Order: sequence, then structure tokens, then C-alpha cells
Amino acid sequence: MHKFILKRLGMMLPVLVGVMFVIFTLTYITPGDPVMMILGDQAAQEDIVNLRAELGLDQPFLVQFGMFVANTMQFNFGTSFTTGRPVLEEIGFRFPTTMQLAAMSVVISVLIGIPLGILSAVKQYTIFDNGATIIGLLGVSIPNFWLGMMLIILFSVNLGWFPTTGFETPMHWVLPSFTIGISSAAIIMRMTRSSMLEVIRQDYIRTARAKGQKESKIIVSHALKNALIPVITVVGLQFGLLLGGAILTETIYAIPGLGRFMVESIQRRDYPIIQGGVLLLALVFSFVNLLVDILYAFVDPRIRSQYK
Amino acid sequence: MLTNKVAVDEAPVGVNADAKPRKKRSQMHDVWKRFRKSRTAMFGLFIIIALIILALSAEILAPADAINPGYDIQDLGNTFAPPGGEHIFGTDNFGRDIFARIAHGARISLYVGFVVVSISMVTGVTLGALSGYYSGIIDNVIMRIIDILLAIPFLLLAVSIVAALGPGLRNVMIAVGVAGIPGYARIVRASVLSVREQEFIEAARSVGANNFRIITRHILPNCMAPIIVQATMGMAGAILSAAALSFIGLGIQPPQPEWGAMLAESRRFMRDHWHMVMFPGVAIATVIFGLNMIGDGLRDAFDPRLKK
Amino acid sequence: MPENTAQASNEALLDIQDLSIHYITEDGTVRAVNNLNLSLKRGETIGLVGETGAGKTTTALGIMRLVPDPPGKIVGGRINFAGEDLTQKSDAAMRNVRGKRISMIFQDPMTSLNPVIPVRDQIAEVILLHEKVSAAEALAKAEEMLLKVGIRSERAREYPHQFSGGMRQRVVIAIALACNPELLISDEPTTALDVTIQAQVLELMKNLKREFNTSMIMITHDLGIVADICDKVAIMYAGSVVEIGDKYDLFRNPKHPYTIGLFNSLPDIEKDEDSLKPIKGFMPDPMDLPSGCPFHPRCDVAKPICMQAAPSEYVNVSENHRVKCLLFSDTTGGE
Repeated sequence: MHKFILKRLGMMLPVLVGVMFVIFTLTYITPGDPVMMILGDQAAQEDIVNLRAELGLDQPFLVQFGMFVANTMQFNFGTSFTTGRPVLEEIGFRFPTTMQLAAMSVVISVLIGIPLGILSAVKQYTIFDNGATIIGLLGVSIPNFWLGMMLIILFSVNLGWFPTTGFETPMHWVLPSFTIGISSAAIIMRMTRSSMLEVIRQDYIRTARAKGQKESKIIVSHALKNALIPVITVVGLQFGLLLGGAILTETIYAIPGLGRFMVESIQRRDYPIIQGGVLLLALVFSFVNLLVDILYAFVDPRIRSQYK
Repeated sequence: MLTNKVAVDEAPVGVNADAKPRKKRSQMHDVWKRFRKSRTAMFGLFIIIALIILALSAEILAPADAINPGYDIQDLGNTFAPPGGEHIFGTDNFGRDIFARIAHGARISLYVGFVVVSISMVTGVTLGALSGYYSGIIDNVIMRIIDILLAIPFLLLAVSIVAALGPGLRNVMIAVGVAGIPGYARIVRASVLSVREQEFIEAARSVGANNFRIITRHILPNCMAPIIVQATMGMAGAILSAAALSFIGLGIQPPQPEWGAMLAESRRFMRDHWHMVMFPGVAIATVIFGLNMIGDGLRDAFDPRLKK
Repeated sequence: MPENTAQASNEALLDIQDLSIHYITEDGTVRAVNNLNLSLKRGETIGLVGETGAGKTTTALGIMRLVPDPPGKIVGGRINFAGEDLTQKSDAAMRNVRGKRISMIFQDPMTSLNPVIPVRDQIAEVILLHEKVSAAEALAKAEEMLLKVGIRSERAREYPHQFSGGMRQRVVIAIALACNPELLISDEPTTALDVTIQAQVLELMKNLKREFNTSMIMITHDLGIVADICDKVAIMYAGSVVEIGDKYDLFRNPKHPYTIGLFNSLPDIEKDEDSLKPIKGFMPDPMDLPSGCPFHPRCDVAKPICMQAAPSEYVNVSENHRVKCLLFSDTTGGE
């Protein structure tokens, strides 16, 4: 198992360098000169040349990329063009908020999605199943940035139950985490339902019935463990979706997280922040996927024995 | 149709619809027959056809006047009119008819969806087919690139690309299109891998068909089912992502009546004028809902084993 | 052999009367089992023979009351098991029958075990359900059962994917026999296995059946297996038993045109290859059975009456041999 984790960590490294390459290239091809951004339009030609040299912008593409990788490896992401403070500091300061939001949303979506999916599959063709399926489809279809606004109109403006914006108290957390959580819950529910339906028509479920086992026990001890294997992957992928979704939700609720900060940085063309932010979120996402793989091996003996 | 999984032994003769190399027309016919049976799928198809008609007739429903296009005719004496009466969806902060804007927006959304799916599908299918057909170094290189793209959460990747290319319709389509490539590539690679080993491919090779012919004539047609399903669902995802980018101000810019951009504009007024938020969101949700229902229906129709 | 065999063998353990099972679907009603009659004494083994689609598996699932509902329904008939009608039992009461008094071995060992549970625990489950034992005792007994089917204890904690098909079928057999059932239903237990493994598994089943004195229904389309391990044979066609009898009587003197056809389509090593005569045509669609006798479109000796009337009564060929065919209903007792 240790070997497997080490191997997977080893596989992550080239992917992360690849991510850096993508991010770096995207910034490189972006029109507009960062030096002009920092110094402003009125800057003297001499200052411009000096700063270019200082930032290494006069070097060829690959050299610049090498420097970028080397700096990144030492956790040096540069300084923000707009605030002049280290990127790591700016990002690190906002990152916990985003992670908290994503984590709460994952918990909500799992707590709603998995039980509903199971029930829906077990009660296939009943009114409950049809209702859950349609709600699930709606949940997948409703854009969460719109849902966020509608929740504000309903629960903050009209009912006054929750604050509109900010992220200071637990009351502030409710609407944003449900906004992201609901659409994920719908996806997880759909996946759980179809996976469960697939599993409960397997021969080994019939074997369990032939043993005289109770239907409820069959669901819990035979079907669930098998059905949840593909659901784990979906939950992991959802985490990526949630990190991306944070960009929208944080904008709507004016949450001081990394997502909103990145949108603002894009508008300000603050490239070091964008680079650092994307890289950090990709790193987190990769770790979550690694976790999913490990969990997989934990649940599925067939995969476990592959890595023995 | 049901007995083949109830008890494989008892399947009535001739219901096994998943035999691979069958007559094309009869397979499509079977799929359509099953698709038509699904009420939700037909409802989805109805929605999408209605939206296409709305998009096509936008110029007639909301014609341009001497100066402005139909979606930008302002009436500053009649701003924020509530829904009903002359303006069934009400008017916005410039007194523009929201229905007119939604109708014209349908053109943009459907166009974006179509172009994005074309970009992702053509590239993704090509990469996936090459990767699956030629194992070894080609497969390895392509899959590593795909891994890198997948390591960045979807919306974040799209945002990064738009940040580099700049906002606007064309760039949004490129960004979302590129971000969608991995999905197709992985699906196609997986189905090519499973089709590649079948006897009829060996047979085609033995009669001297070259690789290009084998891929395009024999392998891809047999991978069509997952590609079509992915394209339908992918179109929904593309429209949603494009709207999201416009919502955070990185996409299609006002006064273009893009639904996401309309939502972004409505944010400032959401406390007092809910109808400005309501209708663009409902429009987005409706397209996505329709496409997802079609996608679900197609998946079940292609793979009758999943549904009774 | 246990001493009670001779005394017990006179009472019918299982007596199925006019059993009909239909699958009711949007596309129509699949009449999988139609007025099926079958009886079996304690300790006896009966072979249930027929083509794919004849309703063998549905019959077996019907006895277990495991026909998936919807769409499957037992629409008529009785299944008397040790004096009780199983069709009238509640679900809870049926659960006490399944695995304990009637067990079933399924066709495909590759899919009939749960992939995420160690094999030992899958056997212990059925023991825990039906016997008053602790979890530890159940696990110990499960290992004992594994030994009985020839799997060493050190492999008991392994998962199904670590075993070959033949070994997995041994595990399935261990599950089925763990609670010493009175009746064992084996649904083509060896079709999915290699020929050499088939022989091993059949030998094992034969020995265990003797050891446990279990009655058995052996579902198969292989007349060789019937000859090897059965006492009686029932030939099924389109959901009902068309001929039933003592193995020797029926093999020597088959009566029903379908039975004769089955024997003729077997290659005989001593005869010329030319004499192989397959039955013409195909099994009828159970959604659209032909009028009259369901076999008449394929029958070489069908009479005009066969197109209109289905045979309903069995005709005694001998004391232990009965046939359901109009050719014999006007003459008594055969020729």
C-alpha cells in the first residue's frame, strides 16, 4: 500500500510540471506587458528595461519557464502586481475560506445525494423514485450562480433568515454551501442511483436472497459497498467542480476567498496571483484524486490486490 | 426486454440488442424506438425544438428598429416594468424587453453550445481514437496531456484560458471547447480499446484495410453511442460554462443578450427587481434540463440493459 | 448412507402442481412457465432438461420465490414442499426456507459471489442467518465447509477474484450446502466451467449430496450429466414438463416427439454421423406461443388435432414414466 501511494505521488509530479507549463504558457501568450502593469503608462524607458531584466522577462521562453518551475519548487510564486505582497501570502490568506466552503459543500452533497440515490434505486418505479429523478435532473440543470441569487432573494431579502453576503459567522455559511452543495448532491444522487440499480441486479444479490437474507440487509451489506465504488470517483470529481464553482459562489456572496480573488486578479491582470491560484487549486484537486484512488483500493479488494 | 437480465437463460429469442456488428439502420431504428418510449426524453426533445424555433424566430418576435438590434431597444421611460402585459417577462434597467433579450440570447447559447461541442468533440475524438488504437508512445503522450488538462478543475481551466485570450464570444468558445476535450478523449479511448480487440476488426485487417479505414469505418461507428451521449450532455455543460464565464464578466459582454451576462447585470438590482434575475436563469436551466433529458434518454436507448 | 433413506423416500418432498409463471411487460406477457407439474421424493435427484428458453431457470426461481416481481408473477398453481404450499407463504416465512431448507446453485460462478466480501464470510452469512451460533462459530463452520469442498483454510479469507471459476463454484456449493438443506436446486452449475473442472465439480456434488442426503433438481441441457447423476428426468418444453420418468425408463423408451428429437440430436460415437437429426425450427417465442400443442410446428408426427388442442393430461407409459402428448391420449399406456 505504501508503495502504491509513493508510486501515485511520483506520477503526480510530471502532471504538476505539465500544469505549470500550461499555466505559464497561457500567461506568456497573454497580450499586454506586465512591466507596464506594474510601472504604469508613464514609466521611463530605463525603468522598464531594468524591471524586465529583473523579472527575467528578457529571457527566452524556455529559460523563463525553467525559472518559473525552479521558483515554484521553492514555494516562491513571486509578488502580486497590484499589492506588491508575496503571492503565497495573498493566496494563503484566502485559501482556507475556499477550502472550508468546498468541504462543507461536499459534506452536504454526500449527505443528501447518497441516501436519496439509494432510496430512489431501491424504490425504483415508485412515485418517490420518479420525483427524486426529476428533482435530480433539475438539480443538475439549474446553474448554481443563478440558484445562489434566487436563494438570496428568497431567504435573505424576503424572509430575512440569513445574511446576504460575507462569510464571518456560521449563518453566513449556510446559503453558499447549499448553493454549491445542491447541484453536486443531484449529480451524486444520479450516480448513486444508477450504480445501485446496476448492482442490485447482479447475480450475487440473487445469491444473497437465495441465502434467505433480508432485503434491507442485502442493500446495506451486499449492494452498498459495491455500488459506492464508482460513487467515490464522482465525489472526488465533484470536489474539482466545487473548487471551480467557488469562483462563482464567492462572487455572488462576496466571500473573501481565493475564487473571488482570482476573478478580481484576472480583471486586474495580476498574473502571479492567477498562476499561483490555479496551481494551488490544481494541486489540491490532484491530492483529492490521490485520496480517491487510495479509498478505492480500501473498498475494492480487486484493486487492492493489483497493488500488492 | 426484461427477461434477458431477469434470467439470462430465459431471454425470448431475438431481444439481444447489444450485439455489435449489426445492420446500422435497424440499430438506429431500435434506438429511436426505445428513445420515443421515454416520456422524459421526448419532453426534452420538445423543449430543445421549441428553443430552436424561438432562436430562429427571434428577429420576427423582436425585430430591430432603425437604430438598434431587437435585443437592445431601450425605453428609458419604462424601466423595471414587472412581468405581464405588454412585456411578458418585464423590462430591465434600460427598459429593454426581457423576452426579446431571452429570445435573441437563445441564438447565442445554442450557437455557443454547438460550436463548443464541435471543438471538443472533433479534437477529443481524434485524440482518443489515436490513443486507443495505437498503444505505446502515442497513447502515452496523449494521455499525459489529457491528465494535465484534467488536473485543473474544468471551470478553472476555462477561466485561465479566457484570462489569457481575453473576453468575447470567440474566446469563450475556444476556452470551453478546449476544457471539454479530455472528456471525449477518455470516453473514446475506452470504447476504442474495447472494440479494437473484437473479431470483426481482425477480419477487416485481414482483408487489407488500412489503419485510417479501420478507425473511421469500423472502430468509430461502434463507439458512437457514448460519443453521442457525451455530446448531448457536453452541450449542456458548454452552455452552462459559457454562461458562467459571462456571469463573472470574462465572457460575452453586454449589451449582447447572453443569458449569463444578463444575470450578471441583474445582480445589482436583485433586491428590488427579482424578475430580472428570474427569467435568464430559467432560460439557462431550461436548455440544460432539455439537453440532459435527451442525453439520459439516449443513454438508456443505446444501452437497454440499464433500463427495464 | 443414512438409515432413514429407504423409509423417507416414499413421501414426496416436492410436488409442483400446475405452476404458471408469467412476466408481464409493456411489450406483452412472457409465458415462461405454463401448467408445470413435477414431483420429487426425498433423497432423489431429478434432471430438468430442455433448451434455452424452456423455462427451467424460471421454474427454479419460482420454487425459491425469487422470480423478480415486477415483472414476474406466479399466476397459478401450487408448490408443495414437505406438505406446505410455498406460494402461500409470507416473505418472512420464505426467508426461513431459502438457504436453510432449499438452496440454489447458480449458473455462473464468476458473478454469483460478492466481489468485496471474503469467501469465508459469504458462507458464514448463511450459517448465521439460519443457525443459532456466534459469529466466530459461523466463521469456523464456514472454514469447515470450505475444506469439505476442497479449499484450504488459509485461502478462506481471500476474495472471489483470487479464485478460478471452478474454485468459485465450490464456494457457491459450500454456501448452498452449509445449512444442510433438504432440497438443492442446481441451475446448470457446470456450463460455465472447463470440461475437466466440470467433472470434478459434478463428482463433488454427487459425493456431498450423498453425504448430506439432499434431494436435488439438476437443471441442465446436457443429457450426459443426467445419465451421470440423476435418478429421474423431466423434459421441459415451452414452460411445461412434456415427459417425466425414471432415468432408465425414459432413456430406453422415450415417447414424446420432442424427447425423441433431443436424443436424436445427440451425436452417437458408435453410429454414423449421418444419423444426426437435429430438431427443425426454433423454440417458440414465449410471448407468442403457438396454438394447440406448443411443439406442433416442429413436430414431424403432429396430427391435425395438435394444432387446436394442447394436451392437458399425462399418460402413463409405465409405473414410473409419464408423457404429455396427444399422440398417446387416445390409446392407453403407450403404443
